[in-house]
Amino acid sequence: MPLLEIKSLNKTFGGLAALMDLNLTLDKGELVGLIGPNGAGKTTAFNLITGVYQPDSGNIDFHGEKIQGKKPYAICKRGIARTFQNIRLFNELTVLENVEVAFHKDVGYGVLSAIFRTPSFFKGEASIKEQATEILDIFGLKMKVDERSGSLPYGEQRRLEIARAMATKPQLLILDEPAAGMNPLETAELMKLIRWIRERFNLTILLIEHDMSLVMGVCERIYVLDFGRVIAQGLPEKIRSDPKVIEAYLGEEAG
Amino acid sequence: MSEFTQQVINGLALGSIYALIALGYTMVYGIIKLINFAHGDVMMVGAYVGYFSITLFGTNLVVALIFSMVVTAILGVAIDYLAYKPLRKSSRIAALITAIGVSLFLEYVFVWLFTPSSRSYTQNVISQKAYHFMANQVTITGKDILILSVTVILMLLLQYTVKKTRVGKAMRAVSLDQEAALLMGINVNRIISFTFAVGSALAAAAGVLIGVYYNSIDPLMGIMPGLKAFVAAVLGGIGSIPGAVAGGYILGILESLVSGYGSSLYRDAVAFGVLILILLIKPTGIFGQDTGEKV
Amino acid sequence: MESFKNSRIKNIILPVVGVAALYMIVQFLISSELLNPYYQIILFLIGINIILAVSLNLINGITGQFSIGHAGFMSVGAYMGAVCTVKLGYPFVVAIIAAFLVAGIMGLFIGVPTLRLRGDYLAIATLGFGEIVRVVLLNIDYVGGAAGIIGIPQLTNWAWLFGSVVITIVVIQNFIRSSHGRACIAIREDELAAELMGVNTTLYKVLAFSIGAAFAGLAGALYAHYFFLIQPTNFNFLKSFDILVMVVLGGMGSTSGCVLAAIFLTIISALLQSFTEVRMILYALVLIIVMIRRPQGLMGNKELSLNLLGKFRRRDKHAAVRDKVTE
Repeated sequence: MPLLEIKSLNKTFGGLAALMDLNLTLDKGELVGLIGPNGAGKTTAFNLITGVYQPDSGNIDFHGEKIQGKKPYAICKRGIARTFQNIRLFNELTVLENVEVAFHKDVGYGVLSAIFRTPSFFKGEASIKEQATEILDIFGLKMKVDERSGSLPYGEQRRLEIARAMATKPQLLILDEPAAGMNPLETAELMKLIRWIRERFNLTILLIEHDMSLVMGVCERIYVLDFGRVIAQGLPEKIRSDPKVIEAYLGEEAG
Repeated sequence: MSEFTQQVINGLALGSIYALIALGYTMVYGIIKLINFAHGDVMMVGAYVGYFSITLFGTNLVVALIFSMVVTAILGVAIDYLAYKPLRKSSRIAALITAIGVSLFLEYVFVWLFTPSSRSYTQNVISQKAYHFMANQVTITGKDILILSVTVILMLLLQYTVKKTRVGKAMRAVSLDQEAALLMGINVNRIISFTFAVGSALAAAAGVLIGVYYNSIDPLMGIMPGLKAFVAAVLGGIGSIPGAVAGGYILGILESLVSGYGSSLYRDAVAFGVLILILLIKPTGIFGQDTGEKV
Repeated sequence: MESFKNSRIKNIILPVVGVAALYMIVQFLISSELLNPYYQIILFLIGINIILAVSLNLINGITGQFSIGHAGFMSVGAYMGAVCTVKLGYPFVVAIIAAFLVAGIMGLFIGVPTLRLRGDYLAIATLGFGEIVRVVLLNIDYVGGAAGIIGIPQLTNWAWLFGSVVITIVVIQNFIRSSHGRACIAIREDELAAELMGVNTTLYKVLAFSIGAAFAGLAGALYAHYFFLIQPTNFNFLKSFDILVMVVLGGMGSTSGCVLAAIFLTIISALLQSFTEVRMILYALVLIIVMIRRPQGLMGNKELSLNLLGKFRRRDKHAAVRDKVTE
């Protein structure tokens, strides 16, 4: 059974059809890319998967279970995490606290325990802090735990966002343009990071990206979207030379 | 039937006033997404300026109206420049809090200067004629006609400005997409100031008309009508000019009917009731569009 | 582990001692009638305002839900408490608890429908709520309508007040400094991202409203049982505005900032009692100037803390590491 299965997904905004009859499957452990010109519907697809939007029709199955229409926090609990095109950290919180928030869904103590400072509170807090510090160590951010996350340099913010997403212990990680704003050196680092976390955490990864070096370098399979429809899918080499894909990116030739 | 007609007529007059004030709210919200909490108090200032124009300078009503509109327009621009412009890049909450501050500032400066007691517009500037219909059950007074005609004229002027002039086009552009408008060479700050000027002028007209109609002005007179006009703007769809007009008249007529047929104690509650209903059912209002958050 | 124990001593024993001392000193001043009644009134107002400001801060500053009808919750608590003692003859404890619970439930009623409203719409909805409560109370004869309830026994003494203030601060601070509090702050920072990281934003927004409302209700009941008489006009928008100014000045997000601002503004208010217009103009200017020049208020989202030598020192509450170096 595929990990993620999208069948005939449709989404319209006002008069604009953002996604039309989208079909997509992801097997466990795959690293798949979603590419296409701007406005093709890629982020809309991500928003539908993570519950930010409700589809007009169609199914999204995760682990065989229907998740379309569920609230985002419920979907996160089921094992899907994401990052954003424009990084969305909790700026006023520290690096550590950002990651600690991601552990909240499994918090081991209730509100009353927090108020009365029971032993389970201290145990729970210690556990959260420990796990958060561990993840930050893995992602090379341990030295910055107490810094205000909004003050980090861009590349580290990206890494923190990914670390935070990983802290929710997902099975499927969705990355929305992770290489946005990065130079070739940083992109190469990112590629290494993505491959590494896939191995380390036994992840399935779906990513949107415009940077072709990253897509071609890291993705095992690619879906191409244009005007809300899948126009091509398959191995990177095949996609690279597909005339429909080239046309979508460069526009139609005159005449 | 005649009772109903009378209430509808009263409602039209009241609605005109709400509509004029609501237009200011909706235009400012449309252009900088700010609920100008102080707008009702700007209306109050307009009423006072009109009052002084008539009593101190002895002008007639038309001159007082125009004079008040001009002075209040300047006040509106000044408020934006001093209090709201520094916060253009800040959160909406910050701007809203500041607007609350400006509102209270205006109210209490005027209380301090002019005492909380009310003053009346002299009656000799207004026609005292009354027209009777339906076997003397329904009355349309000269004041009603005055309010309706002034309102209609101002709205036609506004409509012309927004639809046919360059400034109007620029206003619409800025409210749709500020950055794009900037890139097109539109002086966004000037357009924002212009919007405040127009909105405040309309509020001033409403203030003078209230002074004429209810024959009483006081420094805290802007609170209730301001709140109700805001509800009217939300009802019609905040950001939408036709919405503000529609909302204003609907609320005015509704309030008149409730006050006439029900209890006048609950007259103020009508606005709050409408507000809660709208926010629960369709927060974007009758003509509003929901511009959702872009993720 | 040594330093952990030391900081435990510092964080628990010292404040407890300090708080107990404060309580006893003031109690002595009151019982021996050394404290002039005028100052007593100001002291009690300070206590009530601290509870109001700290509870509003939970909703506005910590969770980022802009609520400007807080006086509505206060009035629900005040009336509930007064009805319990005056009309139903229950003891003070019952009145206090009832006020707390009923106001908290009100917070639930307000929180749930307003969940989907954005910032400014939410603000207006809460303002509308505050006004509706006032209009409804104005029209109910059982609670005296416009005349309100009179003859409320003065059951709020220094012990009750002080205890309530301490409990409010401790409960709310403990909530904030926990995973649940972090969840609320995450909602303030970026609601969508918080939800996508697994935070049930609906639950926490409603929870913040309820807790904040409940404590406002507590303040209301204490107020009613100190000032003998309550009327709907005591709890109008101007009261909500007063509390808002305290939270803004103190720093949305800082409990100690709210405490300081509540103390400071209550005193100013008392000094300017005969000059209401001046006071209002001043408050309005404070609000405008703070928002333009220093929107984070006095304290931003930092908290005040004592070091072992008893000196007041600003401390970044997240710098637990630096703490160990202070001796």
